[in-house]
Amino acid sequence: METLQRNWYPIASSSDLPFRHTFHGQLLGREFAVWRADDGYVNVWENRCLHRGVRLSIGINDGAELKCQYHGWRYANRTAGCTYIPAHPADAPARTICNRTYPAVEQYGLIWSGESPDGEPPQIAEFDSGVPFALRPIPVNAPADLVASKLGEYTFQPSARIDGDGATVQSEIGPAGCISLMSAEDDVASRVLFFVQPVDSNRSVIRGVLCECPEPPDEHAVLMHHNQRVSALRDLIEAEAVKLPTPEPMQPVIHRVSEELASMPQQTLSGRTAPLRVQVSRKWDAADGIAGIELTAVNGQLPTFQPGAHIDVHMPNGLVRQYSLTNGPGETQSYTIGVKLEPDSRGGSQCMHEDVRQGDVLAISEPRNNFPLRRDAIETLFVAGGIGITPLLSMARALGHSNLPHELHYFAQSGQHMAFPDVLASLDEALVPHLGLDPQATGKQLDKLLGGYEPAMHLYVCGPGPMLEATRRIAAEHGWPDESVHFEYFKNTNEIDDSSSFEIDLARSVMTLQVPAGKTILEVLRDSGVDVPSSCEQGACGTCMTTVLEGEPDHQDVYLNESEKSSGDCIMTCVSRAKSDRLVLDI
Amino acid sequence: MAMQRSQIELEHELRDDWHVIADIESFAGSDRCRTRLFGVDLIATKTEEAMYEVTRQDTGKAIEWAARYGFLWASLGTPARDIVDIPEARESDRYLVTGGSIAVNVSGLRLVENFLDMGHFPFIHTDYLGVEPHTEVPPYKVEISADDEIWATDCSFFQPVASPTAKGGFMVDYIYRVIRAYTVSLYKSNPTQQDRMDSIYLFVQPVDEENCVAHPFLCYLKDGMDEATVRWFMQLIFAQDKPILENQFPKRLPLDPRAETPIRADASSVLYRRWLRSHKISYGAIAAAD
Repeated sequence: METLQRNWYPIASSSDLPFRHTFHGQLLGREFAVWRADDGYVNVWENRCLHRGVRLSIGINDGAELKCQYHGWRYANRTAGCTYIPAHPADAPARTICNRTYPAVEQYGLIWSGESPDGEPPQIAEFDSGVPFALRPIPVNAPADLVASKLGEYTFQPSARIDGDGATVQSEIGPAGCISLMSAEDDVASRVLFFVQPVDSNRSVIRGVLCECPEPPDEHAVLMHHNQRVSALRDLIEAEAVKLPTPEPMQPVIHRVSEELASMPQQTLSGRTAPLRVQVSRKWDAADGIAGIELTAVNGQLPTFQPGAHIDVHMPNGLVRQYSLTNGPGETQSYTIGVKLEPDSRGGSQCMHEDVRQGDVLAISEPRNNFPLRRDAIETLFVAGGIGITPLLSMARALGHSNLPHELHYFAQSGQHMAFPDVLASLDEALVPHLGLDPQATGKQLDKLLGGYEPAMHLYVCGPGPMLEATRRIAAEHGWPDESVHFEYFKNTNEIDDSSSFEIDLARSVMTLQVPAGKTILEVLRDSGVDVPSSCEQGACGTCMTTVLEGEPDHQDVYLNESEKSSGDCIMTCVSRAKSDRLVLDI
Repeated sequence: MAMQRSQIELEHELRDDWHVIADIESFAGSDRCRTRLFGVDLIATKTEEAMYEVTRQDTGKAIEWAARYGFLWASLGTPARDIVDIPEARESDRYLVTGGSIAVNVSGLRLVENFLDMGHFPFIHTDYLGVEPHTEVPPYKVEISADDEIWATDCSFFQPVASPTAKGGFMVDYIYRVIRAYTVSLYKSNPTQQDRMDSIYLFVQPVDEENCVAHPFLCYLKDGMDEATVRWFMQLIFAQDKPILENQFPKRLPLDPRAETPIRADASSVLYRRWLRSHKISYGAIAAAD
């Protein structure tokens, strides 16, 4: 038995895997769900959903994932990792539910696999000279060794003499234990190789492959010929098999799931909550490398948003990411976000790009606005770099709708990289693209743009860190005061120093807590049952901002501007700490 | 591969209990009915009006029977308790609906677990008991009651067609109850009489370890309903479950906690499997390795 597990066997014909089909295979008593993704990859998986054991061969092949019929769990092409559990769209399980996969190689018109096969599937020299042609597989109720021994008696006509009856047939054991038969009549000959797939102890499939594909008009006749002959042989084999004692069915080991998966994950009660359920009603290419995603409420009405607001998206893979809403005023039937596929994605943008589909339900937070837009400016300048366009798009649309003076300067690699072109088109003259500029040219351009500061002008910047720094520096050089320069970073790239330890007093809660090295103020608060809102938890979004009544904060965020930082009266509890021994917080 | 076990091994809790073996309507066209319980072939004969005889085919011996709620019940042993009491069945303003019995090639314990499960509504009972994208199973409570039943309360699920009188979808509240290993019920709020509940009992006949017959029994308030619609709905729902259940592998319910992957929505089935383990019920189950 052991050696059978280490062999390669054909388990399906290539033609068994047409577009978006799922094929039910079996080998050595174990069932397989076999399916081809749209990228051509052939998946051979254990034929049961890890949730309740329902066969995945009755599942839905959507070209990229296999969806279980019972509860809609989805498993990814190649990895067989579960990407989505519809019963808990807000669930963020930090665990990998992965189905068991088996090797799959497609060659000679067959799909080859095995329980735990050694090396590579057999390379058959006989198939090298022509185009191998797989015959119709014939199932037989008999043990594989009996079938193999009887195949030596198989006779057939060469493909070019299919109507004749005088062929002589020679059989031998071929490569990888197959049965190799050569049929010759006059000056023509054909070779067929038979592989026997042991489905179970008393069931087999005869898989024949002709070394040379017949010419098209004869193809059908040749197939018929072998079909009739192999079927007749099957009857003989089965008649013999019933005389033998029936072997016990094979008992493939069903592997247990890990202990971690067997215990039920508990819902986290504190931390970032995601009370809203939205459905991905549309997903499209909003620009090169940027996915536009439209989210519609599953129940009722989505909460009101303001320009500059962001939402937390809780992804099927357990990650939480912030995305700005791009919506214009009055667009309250859905939220639209733009997601750039980050080349160094830690799984967030990759999940949004590859796993999230139209129709999926996602859990999101209510929109929060930590990047508010003033509408009392004599003129507003927006400076967007790359995907930083998203919050500014919403802002520019709001000002445009009210005919308030503004300009949107959009720095992008090229026209193809400009997101939401249809929305951009509606901005008319307010939009000023700056395409393909290097950092130096960008600096020059910014220098020109920021030259004419006057009181009651406001500047809003969103983009990659270096560009943001440059904009803030140039604005300061041109006399823009801190309170007129509003910015939002994508992320905090500062290295966080969490080595200090200090005490926090919560003025309103009347609690004194110790913040040890290695723990954030936010974590200490939560551990003590004090629920504080948070979002990005890396000092970029501003959600966890807390008023400081006493003590000196050690700011490590990128949300506060310099004058806010030096005033010392607020702190981002997710990353910032204390320089003094004690901080008194207004909580 | 149906594993047959002798009656000696059958747990007393199952042997000395009542099980539905037929819908009384099965005798409408004939006086005899062949069936099977725990792998034992039975012949039920109607001897006179409301009188029956149930005999084992292997020994030829007569066994105890009872007729209640429109079903014929039997026991392979000596019943240690009465048939499950259903107070709603005594309320005259309810339809008591049978006629939905359906054979399913899977362990009856799997069928019970499916009955407790809300997560499959949008996928298996699409447009009736659920519809995508309303797939979330909100948290609910599940506990073992003082009389050793499992109660799942505060259950709710979005239902597109909660009843024939309902317009549009809304959240429907459910209570689930595991009364015995092969007997389960649910209660859901009646759309017109908000303070009363419609109930569905499911008596599962263990034909053998890998085959069962589901015998649903519905106690629906007549108000705004007609009996044929209730029966049609019941037959439709159970027919939708059958092909999925018959594709579960293995066919017996694995009691090893590491055999399958539960999620929070499965809290009631997790408790059910634990409850079966503590009751040492293994008929229709794959015992957990100790």
